[in-house]
Amino acid sequence: MSADEAPTKTISDFEATLNKADTAVASFEKDDKTFIFKLRNFLRRNPTMIPALVLLLSIAAFSLVAPRFLGVGALSTILKQVTVTGFVALAQTLIILTAGIDLSVGAILVLSSLVMGNLAVVTGVPVIMAVLIGIFVGGIMGLINGLLVTKMRLPPFIVTLGTLSIFESIKLWYSQSESIRNVDIEEKASGLLFFGQGFNFGGASISYGGITLILLAALLWYVLNHTAWGRHVHAIGDDPDAAMLSGIKVDRTLISVYTVAGLICGFAAWIAVGRVGSISPIAFSDVNLASITAVVIGGTSLFGGRGSIIGSVLGALIVGVFITGLSLAGVDDYWQKFAAGCLVIIAVSLDQWLRRASQ
Amino acid sequence: MTAQASGVTPILEAKGLMKRYGTVVAMSGCDFELMPGEILAVIGDNGAGKSTMIKALSGAVVPDHGEILLDGKPVQFRSPDDARALGIETVYQNLAMSPALSIADNMFLGREWRAPGIMGSVFRKMDRARMEKFARDKLSELGLMTIQDITQPVETLSGGQRQGVAVARAAAFGSKVVILDEPTAALGVKESRRVLELIRELRARGIPIILISHNMPHVFELADRIHIHRLGRRLCVINPKDYSMSDAVAFMTGAKLPEGVIESV
Repeated sequence: MSADEAPTKTISDFEATLNKADTAVASFEKDDKTFIFKLRNFLRRNPTMIPALVLLLSIAAFSLVAPRFLGVGALSTILKQVTVTGFVALAQTLIILTAGIDLSVGAILVLSSLVMGNLAVVTGVPVIMAVLIGIFVGGIMGLINGLLVTKMRLPPFIVTLGTLSIFESIKLWYSQSESIRNVDIEEKASGLLFFGQGFNFGGASISYGGITLILLAALLWYVLNHTAWGRHVHAIGDDPDAAMLSGIKVDRTLISVYTVAGLICGFAAWIAVGRVGSISPIAFSDVNLASITAVVIGGTSLFGGRGSIIGSVLGALIVGVFITGLSLAGVDDYWQKFAAGCLVIIAVSLDQWLRRASQ
Repeated sequence: MTAQASGVTPILEAKGLMKRYGTVVAMSGCDFELMPGEILAVIGDNGAGKSTMIKALSGAVVPDHGEILLDGKPVQFRSPDDARALGIETVYQNLAMSPALSIADNMFLGREWRAPGIMGSVFRKMDRARMEKFARDKLSELGLMTIQDITQPVETLSGGQRQGVAVARAAAFGSKVVILDEPTAALGVKESRRVLELIRELRARGIPIILISHNMPHVFELADRIHIHRLGRRLCVINPKDYSMSDAVAFMTGAKLPEGVIESV
C-alpha cells in the first residue's frame, strides 16, 4: 500500500498523527532474531529433527555402555521388536494429528488377527481372502469410531474408551478365549506368517514386516504432506472451526481418518501374526499405550495439527533402543518403563515449549 | 431504496429474508443490496440480526424464506462452499486460518490445486510450486510482499499480517463479492490503518465489499453507503456524506428515525 494514495476522506483526528508514525509494523519483517527464537522456529518446522537426534544420541550412548549393543544382531532385534508398535503408531499418528486419540487400536488389531486366524485356520478360507476380510473388519471398527466422533459429537477419548471395552469383549466372545497355535497356522495357513519371514542383509536379519513398516510410513508421509487430504487432516487438528469455514468437509475427513486408522490396524494384525507366530485374544494388551508413547516421543502434538509420521517411527525405535539398550547394559527390567515414562514427559514439555514460540 | 432508481443491477441482492430460531426472529423481511464497485458498510446494534443476514449471504445460514440474487439471478446457498463457488468470499472475524500451516497452504485451504498429469490425477499430488507462486503474486499485488517466506507458518505472523493474508485470500478468489466481518476489531491503531488501506486497495480493483464493523470512524471513512440494520431488517441506507456518526448511531439504536421511514414494531 502506498502512502501517495488519494487522501483519505475523513481520517479520524486521533489517527491524524499516524502519517508520521513508523509504518514498519504492518510489513512482514521479522524482528526478534535471538538464537533461541531461531532454534524454536527451526524445530517447529522440522519436527522430526528432535526424535532423529535423540535416536542417534541414545544409540551412541548405549553402545558406549554396552558394547554388544552396536552389533547388527541387537539392532535388527530392535527393528523386529518395534514393527507392530510402529504400525499401530502410524494409525495413531493420523488420529492424534486431528487432535483425537484412539484407545481401541490394540483391540482392533487383536480382533482383526482373530478374524484372519479363524477364517484361515478353522474355516479353511484361502489366506488372502481371510487377510482381506480381517483388514476390512479393522476398517469397519475404525469407521464406527469415526461415526461416533463426528455424528454423535462425542470426544474421541470417550468414544474409543467405550469401543475399547466393546471390541475387547467381542474378541473374547468370538475367540471363546482360545488361542490359535503356531503349529496349526503353519500347517493350514502358513501365508499368515509371511511377514515374520525375512532375509539376511549384511548379517542382520530383516523381516518383511520391518520393510513394509518403512514403506507404509513413506506412503503416509507423502499423503500427509503432498495431498489436499493430508493438509486437511492437519488443519482440522489445528482448528476445526477454521477448517470448516475454509470449506473443508470436516466430518467426512475425520471419518476417513478413523477408517484408515482401522485399516492400518487390520493390516498390522497380519504383521503381528507373522511376528508372534500364534494368535491369542490376550496378546498386545500394551500396544495402545505403546503407540501413544511412540507418537508423542516422535514429536507429534497431542493437541493436534503438528507432528510427523516419520517422527512416530523414530519414536517407536527410540523406545525399542532404550528397552534393548537398558537390558543389554544389565539394568533391571523395571527401569525400562521408567525410562519410557521420562521420555514421554520430556517430549510433551518440548512440544509445549515449541507451541509457545508463536507468541 | 437507492439502487433500482439508478437502473444499475445490484451485484448481490436479497429480498424478504426470514429466519427464525425457535421463537427468536433473527431476520424478518430483510432486504439488502450491494452495488458494483462499492464499499457497503453494515452497522447495527448487537442482536439486530446483521450477522444472520451476513451468514445468509455467505452461505453459512440457510434462510427460511426470501431470495438472494447474484447479478440479478436467483441463487441458493446450502453451504459456504456454494457461495464461494460463485465468487463470494468471506473474511471471518476469527480469520479461519490454520496456524501451523504455511501462508500458501492457508490461502488454498479447501481448494488445493492438483499437479498436472498422472501425479495429480492418480497420486493426488498438490501443485505446491504453482500454489506458492500464486500466493506470492497475490500478496505482492496487495503490497504485502515484504514477506520473506511464503512457506512460513501463519502463527509466526502478527495479527495485522494474518488479517492481511486473510484479506489477500478473499481478494484472490472473491471474483464477485468480498465480505469482511469486523476486520479491525482485534487490531491495534497502526495495524487497523493498514487493513483499511488494504480494503481501499480492493475497491480500487473493482471488487465490491461488504464491511461489517462497529467502528464508526472506520465505517464513515471507507463506506460509500451505510446499511443500517435494526430489529431483523434493513432500517435504511444512508450516504455517509449526508449524515453524522451520531445520526447513524441514533438510527441503529432507535433513538431517532431517518426521514421518511416509519418503524413498525
